[in-house]
Amino acid sequence: MAAGVAAWLPFARAAAIGWMPVANCPMPLAPGDKNKKQDELIILNVSGRRFQTWKNTLERFPDTLLGSTEKEFFFHEESKEYFFDRDPDIFRNVLNFYRTGKLHYPRHECISAYDEELAFFGIIPEIIGDCCYEEYKDRKRENAERLMDDSDSENKAEGNLPSRTCRQTMWRAFENPHTSTLALVFYYVTGFFIAVSVITNVVETVPCGIGPGDVKDLPCGERYVVAFFCLDTACVMIFTVEYLLRLFAAPSRYRFMRSVMSIIDVVAIMPYYIGLVMTNNEDVSGAFVTLRVFRVFRIFKFSRHSQGLRILGYTLKSCASELGFLLFSLTMAIIIFATVMFYAEKGSTHSKFTSIPASFWYTIVTMTTLGYGDMVPKTIAGKIFGSICSLSGVLVIALPVPVIVSNFSRIYHQNQRADKRRAQKKARLARIKIAKTGNANAYLQIKRNGLMNEALELTDSGDKEQQQSLNKPGSAVARQHHHLLHCLERTTGLSYLLDDPLLSIRTSASTKNHELLDEPVYEQNCLEGSMQNCPSTHSPSLSSESGTTSTCCSRRSNKKSTHLPNSSVSAAHLRSMQELSTIHIQSGEQASFNTSRSSLNDKSEEGLRINCKSSQIATAIISIPTPPGTTPEGEHQPAIPNQSNTSMEAASCNIVKVSAL
Amino acid sequence: GINLKPGNQPRHSTKALKQRFLKILPCCRPRLVPSLSEYSIEDEFEPSTVCHRPEGLEQLQGQTKFTKKELQVLYRGFKTECPSGVVNEETFKQIYSQFFPQGDSSMYAHFLFNAFDTDHNGSVSFENFVTGLSVILRGTIDDKLSWAFNLYDLNKDGCITREEMLDIMKSIYDMMGKYTYPTVREESPQEHVETFFQKMDKNRDGVVTIEEFIETCQKDENIMKSMQLFENVI
Repeated sequence: MAAGVAAWLPFARAAAIGWMPVANCPMPLAPGDKNKKQDELIILNVSGRRFQTWKNTLERFPDTLLGSTEKEFFFHEESKEYFFDRDPDIFRNVLNFYRTGKLHYPRHECISAYDEELAFFGIIPEIIGDCCYEEYKDRKRENAERLMDDSDSENKAEGNLPSRTCRQTMWRAFENPHTSTLALVFYYVTGFFIAVSVITNVVETVPCGIGPGDVKDLPCGERYVVAFFCLDTACVMIFTVEYLLRLFAAPSRYRFMRSVMSIIDVVAIMPYYIGLVMTNNEDVSGAFVTLRVFRVFRIFKFSRHSQGLRILGYTLKSCASELGFLLFSLTMAIIIFATVMFYAEKGSTHSKFTSIPASFWYTIVTMTTLGYGDMVPKTIAGKIFGSICSLSGVLVIALPVPVIVSNFSRIYHQNQRADKRRAQKKARLARIKIAKTGNANAYLQIKRNGLMNEALELTDSGDKEQQQSLNKPGSAVARQHHHLLHCLERTTGLSYLLDDPLLSIRTSASTKNHELLDEPVYEQNCLEGSMQNCPSTHSPSLSSESGTTSTCCSRRSNKKSTHLPNSSVSAAHLRSMQELSTIHIQSGEQASFNTSRSSLNDKSEEGLRINCKSSQIATAIISIPTPPGTTPEGEHQPAIPNQSNTSMEAASCNIVKVSAL
Repeated sequence: GINLKPGNQPRHSTKALKQRFLKILPCCRPRLVPSLSEYSIEDEFEPSTVCHRPEGLEQLQGQTKFTKKELQVLYRGFKTECPSGVVNEETFKQIYSQFFPQGDSSMYAHFLFNAFDTDHNGSVSFENFVTGLSVILRGTIDDKLSWAFNLYDLNKDGCITREEMLDIMKSIYDMMGKYTYPTVREESPQEHVETFFQKMDKNRDGVVTIEEFIETCQKDENIMKSMQLFENVI
């Protein structure tokens, strides 16, 4: 919806006339439109193909290449057109974005080529419309996975795994048997023993024939008691050891104990221990026999070894509602027919339909078309209803089953895709929301700069130009919008606030003094901030000088607190100061890159210095709450995240303007 | 405040009673939108046949105070956002809310919509749009003040009551949103309304008529200056 917004700004401003009679204080002046030219057509020559559009169309999104003055770099004097040496086919989509406000992704284009074009023209991919966004994300993910797979296999080939603790290695071995030979051996051994245990349980019950000294046919389990007991013991030993090892290796023991697999493990080995503990009491032996049934759960341990079982389990879980509905409708039908059959057969003699629950069995057997024949209706009415029952059984059971089967695959795949989409959507909406609220952010940023100017007026010695250029931030549209918001503030006597208590700092005397005091802190903070920017290549040189392994930042703190006696170190300090000053300039450049493109509209020569100063200012303002009396280390800690905050905010401001206007 | 609207005829009350009685009878109840079962997906794909074309450029030039180029620019922006040629209230609110992301501008947009929709047919065509803008941007001071008065007078009966002003005020404050400094208090709109009435209501009859309004505004320097503020918007 962002396309026409700039076009409707005049309307919104005109509508502000409704606030005027109500306001109690005078309105701020409207920003002057110095370059108010008539709308003109401009020609964009992309690798020979000429596109024409109105200048206003491009200015709808001032934070992109075409919308800002960055396109002046591509102006070709001889032909009076803007020449871009890029792909004209993809450029068509880019230009349509300006025209309609919606960015589309052409399916036949390569995803990385498209991404490059978007990056070149300064458009973030999150703007892609709903019609094409899913396709775009799918393709992007495939691409990323493929690249990641390649790099993964490369890594494995190199074999440079970082050293891990014993516990982590063990856990990794348990989860991924392919990581080492030992893990693989363990995997197969446990699998073998699971199979042995299951087969033992089964064979135990097979009649082995009449042994010496026995009267009747005994099952093998009772004939070769010792052998089976030894086998069972061995299996349980292995399982117990495995379980304990897993428990030890698990990164979160509590979570491991709650997981399904560990419960299966416990249930598989518990009967044995309970059997050991219990005596051969007649009363409890019945319960003991029941417990032995649980040994069959050992077969579920195979699900660690089989991906398919896990998928099946997951699918059943996700189809639970479907299955539940089937069960419910079946139950209804069963109860109805059982009741009918009972009352129909009530009259006949020696009827097997002794009660309604007894008829349940008949109904189930008939509806599932099993028809054992142990219960058969004898009366005519019973036979009629019995046939109706079996006919409807076909319908009630046979119909939902294929539906459920197809639901399985559909729901399973959909679940996978829906989770992905949900995760993407959240992130995407969050980013678009940032872009939407960015207008207010931009406005507040301007206000902040405005307050800064007022503060600077007191502290700064001269350079009115700097302040002037700080005063005009952004394109005509942005200025007009901000003026509009400012008018609203004046009308109501309130002012916008963005969860930032600092912004409520008006230019009261006390805060001015506060800012004055902190001016010497400006420099330090800026340098500190710039040191956060400094890459790690900086630190080794310094640390090697002094022989400490601390980072350059902490060494700087040392400088503040104590004097290092080493003369070579002081030379290093001098050098570090020089390096710091160069880094200062570099970070200033970086900051200028981070600020919005629309600031490029200010064709100021002192761009570098100004931006440096603004980065200074930005850092200083954020670190006002940190009292200067804290330890240098303490000062670092808040500076670090706040620096990233400002860069993030600046970056978000950057992202902001693409779609907001 | 008590509504001392002049011209409140007694026959209004019997009419209201009759309407209320009729509403109770189910047969006379207004037809509801067709139930959900009748609404199918296919209905969504019917082409929207509403397509409004504005009058010719020369006619509009005569009716408004804009030049040809300005009309062209305005129409291009209008048509891009509303290809069917008319704006309905939903779209209007959406467009307006883009400018006030922090607050809720829907009420004020609703009032604006009613002010622009002079023929009260539920949609703002390009002619309505441009006529309204012409008054605001290129009209005389008196025209502008009348337009503002028309905006505040919600039921278009010629005078602004306290309730109407309160609604307007609340809608303006809503646009600021929750995060403001100082925080909006419950009584702020009411107080603002009181200030307004104190200034405007000369004969203290509880309503502000158009004459009082224009007279007071013409005497107020701030208001005069701010009315000229947006003249060069196009």
